Amino acid sequence: MKEARAFIDREYKYGFVTDVEADTAPRGLNEDIIRFISKKKNEPKFMLERRLNAYRRWLQMEEPRWQNVHYPPIDYQDIIYYSAPKPAKDGPKNLEDVDQEILKTYEKLGIPLDEQKRLAGVAVDAVFDSVSVATTFKETLAKAGVIFCPFSEAVEEHQDLVRKYLGSVVPYADNFYATLNSAVFSDGSFCYIPKGVRCPLELSTYFRINTADTGQFERTLIIADEGSYVSYLEGCTAPIRDKNQLHAAVVELIALKGAQIKYSTIQNWYAGDKNGKGGIYNFVTKRGKCVGDHSKISWTQVETGSAITWKYPSVILQGDHTIGEFYSVALTNHYQQADTGTKMIHIGKNTRSTVISKGIAAAHGRNTYRGLIRALPNAAHAKNYTQCDSLLLGDRCSANTFPYIEVKNKTASVEHEASTSKISEDQLFYCKQRGISAENAVSMIVNGFCKEVFKNLPMEFAVEATKLLGVSLEGSVG
Amino acid sequence: MASREETITRKGDSKGNHYLSVCESFLAKIDSRDPFWVQTLRQDALARFRELGFPTTREEQWKYTNVRAIQEANFEPAPREALPKIKKEEVEKLSTCPLRWHRLVFVNGVYSKEFSRLSDLSGAFHVGTIQDAIRTKPKMLEQYLAQCARYDRNGFAALNTALIQDGTFIYMAEGKEFETPIELVFLTDSERGNVMSQPRNLIVFGRSSRATLIESYFSFSDDPYFTNVVTEVVLGDGAVCDYVRLQREGRKAFHISTTQVEVGRNSVFSSVAVDLGGKLVRNNLTVELTEEGAQCDLNGLYLTSDDQHVDNHTLIEHPKPNGTSRQLYKGILDGASTTVFGGKIWVHQDAQKTDAHQTNKNLLLSEHATVDTKPQLEIFADDVKCTHGAAVGQIDEDSVFYLKSRGLPEAKARQLVSYGFANEVVERIKVPSIRAELNQIVLERCERQGSGKAVAS
Repeated sequence: MKEARAFIDREYKYGFVTDVEADTAPRGLNEDIIRFISKKKNEPKFMLERRLNAYRRWLQMEEPRWQNVHYPPIDYQDIIYYSAPKPAKDGPKNLEDVDQEILKTYEKLGIPLDEQKRLAGVAVDAVFDSVSVATTFKETLAKAGVIFCPFSEAVEEHQDLVRKYLGSVVPYADNFYATLNSAVFSDGSFCYIPKGVRCPLELSTYFRINTADTGQFERTLIIADEGSYVSYLEGCTAPIRDKNQLHAAVVELIALKGAQIKYSTIQNWYAGDKNGKGGIYNFVTKRGKCVGDHSKISWTQVETGSAITWKYPSVILQGDHTIGEFYSVALTNHYQQADTGTKMIHIGKNTRSTVISKGIAAAHGRNTYRGLIRALPNAAHAKNYTQCDSLLLGDRCSANTFPYIEVKNKTASVEHEASTSKISEDQLFYCKQRGISAENAVSMIVNGFCKEVFKNLPMEFAVEATKLLGVSLEGSVG
Repeated sequence: MASREETITRKGDSKGNHYLSVCESFLAKIDSRDPFWVQTLRQDALARFRELGFPTTREEQWKYTNVRAIQEANFEPAPREALPKIKKEEVEKLSTCPLRWHRLVFVNGVYSKEFSRLSDLSGAFHVGTIQDAIRTKPKMLEQYLAQCARYDRNGFAALNTALIQDGTFIYMAEGKEFETPIELVFLTDSERGNVMSQPRNLIVFGRSSRATLIESYFSFSDDPYFTNVVTEVVLGDGAVCDYVRLQREGRKAFHISTTQVEVGRNSVFSSVAVDLGGKLVRNNLTVELTEEGAQCDLNGLYLTSDDQHVDNHTLIEHPKPNGTSRQLYKGILDGASTTVFGGKIWVHQDAQKTDAHQTNKNLLLSEHATVDTKPQLEIFADDVKCTHGAAVGQIDEDSVFYLKSRGLPEAKARQLVSYGFANEVVERIKVPSIRAELNQIVLERCERQGSGKAVAS
C-alpha cells in the first residue's frame, strides 16, 4: 500500500492568526480572576457565587488519570482564562459593530456571518476566544419565539431560564474539567425553543481560539420545551501554535416532553504538526437529558482535529419512551489521540438508544472508543444497539474498544458489536484497476466506512465532513 | 478525590494484616531444607503481597467485584495433620470419570494420598505434587514455577506464591500423549470453621505433547471458606491441551482463581470453564500466545442464582503474528445474582494477521439479577481481524412460542430455550462423561430456574 501512503500532509488550512487587539486577563487562576471575569460579564450575584463554589471545589479535585491518552501535565497557572477582542464593552449589537478583522477571519473560515450572503439559512453565533462576537438571524428567530444568543446575554436577559437549567445536567462538581469550566467559563451559546415550535433555521455556533496561551472555556445550554425541535451545529478551528492549548467546554441539552434535539459537531481544532507538536487538548463534557416522555436527543460528531480529543457526549434517558442516539466518526492521524464514546443511561421505561461509532487511526494515531450502557432497574424494555468499527491505516497506529455494559433489568436488551480491520488489498485493487488512484480509492473507502454517520449530518455539514476527512487523511495512507 | 489520604490509610488496613501474619508464621515454620530459590520466591512474593494487599473496587480490573468480605473473614489455613473424616466412597461419588484415570485429590488444599490414584508412569511423564517436586525435581521446577503467573500486580497471586507448598506438578516430555485425562480434584470440608486453601498447579507440556486435564472444585459443607488457586500451564511448540474447569464450590464459598497459560508455536490451548457454585467467584484467565501460529479457544458458562456473584476476567495477549483466539462466555442469571465479564484482547504491534473473536452473552431470568460486561479490544497492528460482541437479554419469546405451538407446555419450552443457550458451551467439552454430567446439571438447573423456585446448587 505504498501508493496510499502518498496521501498525507496537506497543511492545516485554518492555522492563521488574526491580529486584533485583545482584552486579556493576566495569566493564572485565582478568585480575583474569577471575579474579574464575572465583572466583565456584568453577571448577577448568583453567577459569581456559582463560579466561586466551583472554583473552591476544583481546588480539591484531582486530575483524572484513567483515560487512554497521554500528555505532559498541564500548568493551570500558565493559561489565560479570559481574552476578548477589543472593543467589547457591551458586545456588538449588529454586524457593523464587529471588528472588520474578525469578520475577515470568519470569511476565511467560510462562516457566513454576513447575512447578506445568507447561506443555506443557518443562524450562526460566532465565538472568538472567550466571547461571542456576532449572532446572525436574530430577528427571524425572534419571530418564531426562539431565543438564540450569547450566553452572557442570556444571563442578563433570561435569568430565570439560566437559573433553572444551568448545571441541571452537568452539575458544577461533575468532573475536573467541567468544574474548571463552571468556574471560569466566559461565553458560549444559549438557546431556548418554546413549546411546540420547530426552529425555522439550523442553529450554529462557530468557535475559534485566536490568542496564544488562552484556554477556551465555553458553555452551551440548549433547552427544547415541550414538543419543539431544534437542530444545532458546532464547528471549531484554531491557529497553528507550537504550544498546546486547552479547550474545556461544557454543553448541556435539556429535552422536555416530546421535544427533539439534534446536535452535530464538526471538530477541526488544530491537531498539531506531523511530529505531534502543538495542537488543542479538547477535553469537553457534553451531556443531554431527556427529561420528558417521548423526547429524543441525538449527538452526531465528526472529530478530525485536536491533538487530544477526550469526550463522551451522553444522554440520560429519564422520561419513558425516550430515545438517545450517538453517531461518531473519530479520526486520528500523526500523533493525535482520541478517547471518545458515549454514555447512555436508561432510567425510564421503553427507552431506546443507538450507538454507531467509527474510528479511523492512521500514522501514530491512537483511537479509543469508550462507552457505557447502563439499564437501571426501572428501565423495563430498554433497548440498546451499539456498533463500533475501527479502521487501521498503517502499522504504527492503534485502535481500542472499551465498552461497559451494566444491566439491572431483565427485560432490557443490550447488544454490542465491534470489529477492527484494515482496508483490504482486494478493495484497493478493485478501485485501482478501474483507474481510480490509490489516494482517491482510500478516500472513497473511508467515506463509505463513515457513511452511516455522515448521513445523520445536515447536508452542508455532510459535504464539509467528507472533505475534511479527505484532507485530514492526506498522506496517511500506506 | 478530597479523600486521597483517606484512601491511602484505608489501603493500609486493606493490606490484609491477618493474611500477612498467616504468611509470616508459615514461612517461619516451613522446612528449611527447601531449596534456596523456593525460599527466596516465597519471601519475594510476601514482600509484594505486603505492598499490594487485596485489590479494591477503585482498581479498574476489580470495579465490579468487592473482595472486602474475604479480607474481613480472616480465613485460616486448615491444620495439615488432622484431615477431616471423609469416606472414600463419598469422594469417588463426586466424579463421574472412570476410575482408571489419574486423579489427584486435595482436601482443604492438602494432598490426600488415600483418595488419589496415580498409576505407574514411564519416565517421560511426571505427575505428582508440588511439595514432592520441590524435593525431588527442584531443577525442573525452578525452570517453570512462578515464571508465567506474575505476582507483581495481582495480590491474590502474590499471596498464593508466598504460601507455595501444595498443589500439582505435571510434566510431559516431548512428543508424549496422555491417553486418559488427568483429574485434579479440590475438596473443601470446612466443618472446623473458616478454612482457606492455596493450591498451586504447574503443568508443563513438552514439544508436541498432548493431554486433557480436568480441574474441579467441590465442597462438603455450607460454611464459608476461601479457595485461592493459581494454575500455570506452559505449552511447548506444537503441544495440544484440553482443559476443563468445573467450579462447584459451596454456596458460602469464596473462590479466586488465577490461571496463566503460555502457548508456544503452533500449539493449541482449549478450555471450558463452568461456574455453578460459590458465593463470590473471581476467575482470572490469561493466555499469552507467545509464538507464531499459537491458538486458543476459551469457553465459559456460568449459571447463577440467589446472591451469587461470579466474575470472569480473561486477557489474551497476541505478541506474535498469525495467532488465533476464540472466546465464548455465556451466562444464565437468576435470583439476585450478579455476574461480570471482563475480556481483553491485546494485539501487539508485531502481531500481524491476528484473528481474534470474543463473545459474551447473558440471559436474565429474574428482575433482580445484574450483568456487568466489559469486552475490550486493544489493537496496535493493522493487518488484523478482530471482533467482539456482547449481548444481554431475556429468553427469546419467539423461540418459546415456536416450541409451544408444537405442543410443549410453557415451562418446558422455557427450560429448553435456556438449555439450548447453555448447551452451546457444554457441547464443547471433549470428555464425554463430563459433558453428559454437565448436560444433566444444566437441564435440571434450567427446570428449577424456569419454575421460579429457589435453586440450592
